[in-house]
Amino acid sequence: MSAPFAWPGEDVSRAPYRVYTDAELYAREQQLIFRGPTWNFVGLEAEIPNPGDFKTTFIGDAPVIVTRDAHGVTNAMVNRCAHKGSLVCYRQRGNAPELTCVYHNWTYDLAGALTGVAFRRGVGGKGGLRADFDMKAHGLQRLRVETYRGLIFATFADVTPDFADYIGAELIASIDRVLIKPLKVLGYHSQILPNNWKLYAENNKDSYHASLLHMFHNTFGVVRPTMGGGVKLSENGWHHLSYTQREALADDHIATEKVRSMQETYKLRDAGMMQHQLELGDLVTNSIQTVFPSLVVQQILNALAVRQLIPKGVDRSELIWTVLGFEDDPPDLQELRLKVNNLVGPAGLISMEDGCVGGWVQRAAKADPDAQSIMPMGVGVEPSAGSRVTEAAVRGFWQGWRACMGV
Amino acid sequence: MGFEDDLSLRSEIDNLCAQYAHLIDDDWLEELPGLFTRDGIYRVQTRENHDLKLPLSLIYCNGADMLADRITALRTANIYEPHVYCHMLSALRILGGEGAGWRVRSNFVVVRTMAEGSQSLFASGRYFDRIVRVEGALKFQERIAIVDSRQIDTLLVIPL
Repeated sequence: MSAPFAWPGEDVSRAPYRVYTDAELYAREQQLIFRGPTWNFVGLEAEIPNPGDFKTTFIGDAPVIVTRDAHGVTNAMVNRCAHKGSLVCYRQRGNAPELTCVYHNWTYDLAGALTGVAFRRGVGGKGGLRADFDMKAHGLQRLRVETYRGLIFATFADVTPDFADYIGAELIASIDRVLIKPLKVLGYHSQILPNNWKLYAENNKDSYHASLLHMFHNTFGVVRPTMGGGVKLSENGWHHLSYTQREALADDHIATEKVRSMQETYKLRDAGMMQHQLELGDLVTNSIQTVFPSLVVQQILNALAVRQLIPKGVDRSELIWTVLGFEDDPPDLQELRLKVNNLVGPAGLISMEDGCVGGWVQRAAKADPDAQSIMPMGVGVEPSAGSRVTEAAVRGFWQGWRACMGV
Repeated sequence: MGFEDDLSLRSEIDNLCAQYAHLIDDDWLEELPGLFTRDGIYRVQTRENHDLKLPLSLIYCNGADMLADRITALRTANIYEPHVYCHMLSALRILGGEGAGWRVRSNFVVVRTMAEGSQSLFASGRYFDRIVRVEGALKFQERIAIVDSRQIDTLLVIPL
């Protein structure tokens, strides 16, 4: 057996590769992070608008049902029958007056209370449920739920602070900035990442890699003159926002902008997907916000999305992209969003690399669990105004991980 | 004679679909936009989004130029582990005439082979095409690849 896990050193500027490959740590993360004091994104109110609507998802390894009940209340429960432990809902989504486990027809209401047990009184006076069985004690395991601007979050832990306090005022403001109106789902992507979930979580916090790994903008000379941007962090460092904003321009079309081109060789034949309709009341072009441990809120030009990260074993994860517009989008804006979405997703021209780079770390890390990755860019777990050449938010992620894991 | 019995039309359409697959599998991607009309549409969409009538695609090229840009990007800008596809095409059916062209559907399976040798069934699904004749040659006015799985393993860079 290996020695108990210890974090190497006092700060969070290096992480041992073991964190990506150790099955024991993975099991502890399930308990201490995903079932710990964290809010986990489970869906959108727009996905379950009507009473009886449900969807299924995961928090870490735990299967979860999200419902809207007859009173309009949003509920989240562990998707596991109190009887034999079968999935109660095996469909992705649907509408039902109640939830019935097909194995033995145990039935729950949309808030998870056990309402029916098949052959409860037996048959012909024989068999059936024992007399002292307490229906009330055998509901589905309920989770605490909060909704914010149409996003539904759930937590297993009583001690998790309210969502607004959990991410802090500054980062609440950046959710307010993007999700300004009732949301409409434009579609889903699911991307299987050949790596530990934390490699993708780090990647999102890593504002340093963006222009180095993702070469699309530079290759085609479509880098907009920027007027700055930066990195913001929640006080505890767990959550972050990385953003860039552009200069004010009279004309909104990329082709008319004076673009800074590092390479003149390649030109886009059709720059339609690089257009940007300013719709959020400012000049921010890219805004990537994380909510520890598993959510990204994304604005890339007019491509809006939330990305939900689901671990699937120590060396595999699933990334669910829910691509968004607003309910009142006129057709031309929706068409623009659909075009701009060529940039992001599993086939995204500026995002696909994130699908493979984590796998490369995973494969290289395996041989030396005690060797370490280093995060030397920038200082501490501090916000960075004006520059995104920092690994502060990645260190913030490790600060959150250590706090939850108690290491 | 209806289009259903027009064996020479069927064989011409079959040939266009095979040519499309061979250009991809043989890595002549730069020729691919030439199989589309200038304003041709190419989309890859999951069956999930398609069945839910959601408009999002994995790849959405509105015009052959957008497809050409994607090819240039994968040659010059995008970073990924080298791999090739093998398309297996089947069950081609001409569904009907439409204006000056035809609606066609067929099935595909794509096996992906990575440079180091590992192989996987990367995608299966259906092509829904609108095919027209331009200056004597058949072209795609629209090709929609509906992939059966909602999951894309790692990334999708080479068109399906």
